[in-house]
Amino acid sequence: MEPLRPSDHIDADALAAEQREAAIDARAAADGADGGDARGASAPIAQPSLGPVGWLRFAWRQLTSMRTALVLLLLLAVAAIPGSLVPQRSADPNGVSQYRVDNPELFDVLDALQVFDTYTSVWFSAIYLLLFVSLIGCIIPRTLHHARALRSAPPKTPARLNRLVGYRATDAPGDVETALEAARAELRRRRYRVERYGDSLSAERGYLRETGNLIFHMALVGVLATIGFAGGFGYNGQKVIVQGETFVNQLGSYDSFNPGRFFDDALLDPYGVRLDDFEAEYGLDTTTGQVQPLDFTASMTVVENGREAQRTLKVNDPLTVGGTNLYLLGNGFAPEITVRDGDGDIVFSEAVPFLPQDANLTSIGVIKVPDGLEEQLGMIGFFYPSAIQLESRALSSVYPEPDQPVLTFNAFTGDLGLNDGVPRNAYALDTDGLTQIAGREAPADPLVIGLGQTAELPDGLGSVEFSGLQRFVSVDVHHDPTQTGVLISALLVLGGLVVSLFVPRRRLWVVATATDDGVRLEYAGLARGDDPGLEAAVADLADAHSQRLAPTLET
Amino acid sequence: MENLVAYSLVAVYSAMGVYTIAFVLFTIDLATRSAASTDAARVAPAQVAPASSLTAEAAAGSARGGTSTIERTTTARASGTPVDAPIGATRFQKVAVALAALGWLLHLAAVLTRGIAAERVPWANMFEFGLTATALGMGTFLGALLWKDIRYLGAYITGFSLLALGIVTTNFYVDVVPTPPPLQSGWLVIHVLVATLATGFFAIGAGLSIMQLLRSRAAASKAEGLRFVQTLPGASALESLAYRVNVVGFVFWTFTLIAGAIWAERAWGRYWGWDTKEVWTFIIWTLFAGYIHARATRGWRGDRSAWLAIIGFSAVIFNYTVVNLFFKGLHSYSGL
Repeated sequence: MEPLRPSDHIDADALAAEQREAAIDARAAADGADGGDARGASAPIAQPSLGPVGWLRFAWRQLTSMRTALVLLLLLAVAAIPGSLVPQRSADPNGVSQYRVDNPELFDVLDALQVFDTYTSVWFSAIYLLLFVSLIGCIIPRTLHHARALRSAPPKTPARLNRLVGYRATDAPGDVETALEAARAELRRRRYRVERYGDSLSAERGYLRETGNLIFHMALVGVLATIGFAGGFGYNGQKVIVQGETFVNQLGSYDSFNPGRFFDDALLDPYGVRLDDFEAEYGLDTTTGQVQPLDFTASMTVVENGREAQRTLKVNDPLTVGGTNLYLLGNGFAPEITVRDGDGDIVFSEAVPFLPQDANLTSIGVIKVPDGLEEQLGMIGFFYPSAIQLESRALSSVYPEPDQPVLTFNAFTGDLGLNDGVPRNAYALDTDGLTQIAGREAPADPLVIGLGQTAELPDGLGSVEFSGLQRFVSVDVHHDPTQTGVLISALLVLGGLVVSLFVPRRRLWVVATATDDGVRLEYAGLARGDDPGLEAAVADLADAHSQRLAPTLET
Repeated sequence: MENLVAYSLVAVYSAMGVYTIAFVLFTIDLATRSAASTDAARVAPAQVAPASSLTAEAAAGSARGGTSTIERTTTARASGTPVDAPIGATRFQKVAVALAALGWLLHLAAVLTRGIAAERVPWANMFEFGLTATALGMGTFLGALLWKDIRYLGAYITGFSLLALGIVTTNFYVDVVPTPPPLQSGWLVIHVLVATLATGFFAIGAGLSIMQLLRSRAAASKAEGLRFVQTLPGASALESLAYRVNVVGFVFWTFTLIAGAIWAERAWGRYWGWDTKEVWTFIIWTLFAGYIHARATRGWRGDRSAWLAIIGFSAVIFNYTVVNLFFKGLHSYSGL
């Protein structure tokens, strides 16, 4: 049987013609052999003159046609473009905010069109869902058809072989039976499925081509289905872990958290991860003088089910624990800062992560001391791992390692706004309504503190000590239940593709006719789909067949 | 090491010099074919077409070529003439192929010395990628010559490589620098190498598709136009050849996409995030999937599917140049 194809498939024409011919031949031969299943590939689309059912059928046929699938594919390619031109909320939320600031009017238009969420937008989803419906509508009947084809015999030998590919005729001694037996053996050896019709053999091979094609398409559906269903159970979150600190995988521990649609707290496996040590390796580009990161290694202790284990976390080498993967996203310094009140009592002591701003890890951090002092204290700090003083007296860092660590602070007093219940960004200080007591625009100079040093706050408010230096890492924690399914599907896509493109599906026929002094042999082939090697295959079969018959040859 | 980097550049410039001569000779060859084709057409039009289209016709995937073609092939094979067909190969062309091969050896030396100097694979920034991609493209072309006579693509391929090498050496050049941590992965070897191979195949496929369009246009109009086109294999033979090349490119591209996703999962924590480069890889994949379907759709085989292959390859070039340089994304490894 033929592989089933949509009516506008390039093979459909030829198939229909061939099947009509086969049917005529069959009638002429009157042996009742079925010329082939003509469903789906038979007549061209008939004009629907029926009621609603007819129209539905027509619509379905249109949707599952090659042309529609092709147009949808090309539409999908075009529809994906805007998402690469405009920042996407999923990948670059800050970019989207910036876009809004830069182009406020255009932003509203594009946002209404969901361009900032291109890949979850109504129009993008509509295209790929239609494409997949069309695909499923195409592969289900084809799969059923192929399942039958796998169990059926090759079709009847056509009446006129000389119209087919690679036709050749030779004369050989011997009789029809011997010749056909030899041909059958030769075809079998080439793994053809062989059927005898009268004094001819009909052989077919390459069923795997259609199998591969179907697997390829099914696996694509598999990718989409896995993401659609399993994706909802995933989650990911981000967390900054300071040296010595332990992160526990609980909802409250995350700095930010994105649950999937079907997420449930119970999905979180409560393991703990501690950052013991962090090492960075840098190189100096001799031509540009720029510092280049060479390697980052975080030494972690994983606590799971009461057992501790030492593990390392690197870029490109995530740490797998409790059904999640931890990725090393960033790193920086967390200076230990101790704030004392006027009497010398400690009111704040913490290692505060400072966010890196450049390649030499000049970093910015914020300290908030709401209690213990006469007034609430907020400080915006700069950290220079290897500080030097420029001619302008400003500080700068010349290397990303702590060779000469220096902290500077601008200090503010007033209401930090921590008591009114509004969530505040820990990495930002809203200075509106605060009074600057030390800094460029204040009576007192900014505080400049080397490691181990202490600086006094103005007006006897207290003191700030740079008491130690730790490192921190920012990690991305992912639980993605789609990974395995998508990987398997993707490999099936690749395998199916290779098989469906490179396994030739072909038919060969051998017809033997008794002559006065032996037998006349005719050979020909027919390709299903692209098959550049068909002619050679026919020639090869004919030659091998002659070889087999050779011992009886008289020259 | 510094020396090796310098040698590598010398080898690149030498290769470019040799390619230039090869390009000129390939072009002269096309021009001579034009002249020859008019002469031959005047004398015996029937003989020219079959002789030059022999191999390709034999390769024509669509088996519906008819018996007549096949018989011609058999006869010609028997007499052993295909290579020495009247307009099959001019002197210029033979020399051009030899020079292209010589240039390629120099080119290959440039790639290898660069890799040895950098102590890693030579495709970690745009300059190196361009250098290696053109080397693989030329290699694919020269390798394909052992399989099919597609020397008529010589001018296109050498011209393209020359242009690309000129651009990467003058605009994208960077010195050898250590690999940044995100690129320190075995996937750099596999993912990028296969992407480069795919690019090489798509380049040749696009060249064949361009020839196919020229050929079918010439056949349709019967007007003057580029006369060398008359000496090319028939449009359907070119199409089926282009298809076979593009299909290999498509398999490589599919692999690139999957390998990239696996690496992205290791490096960025997700296998797919619609990063600009991912988007364009997807667009290219979809375009070539469309191309393959177009070839199997009535009304789309022929010129339309050829256009899709050309658009697909243009998207590959766009992805390498514009997306790398001007689009914001995670694949920011141009080194510029």
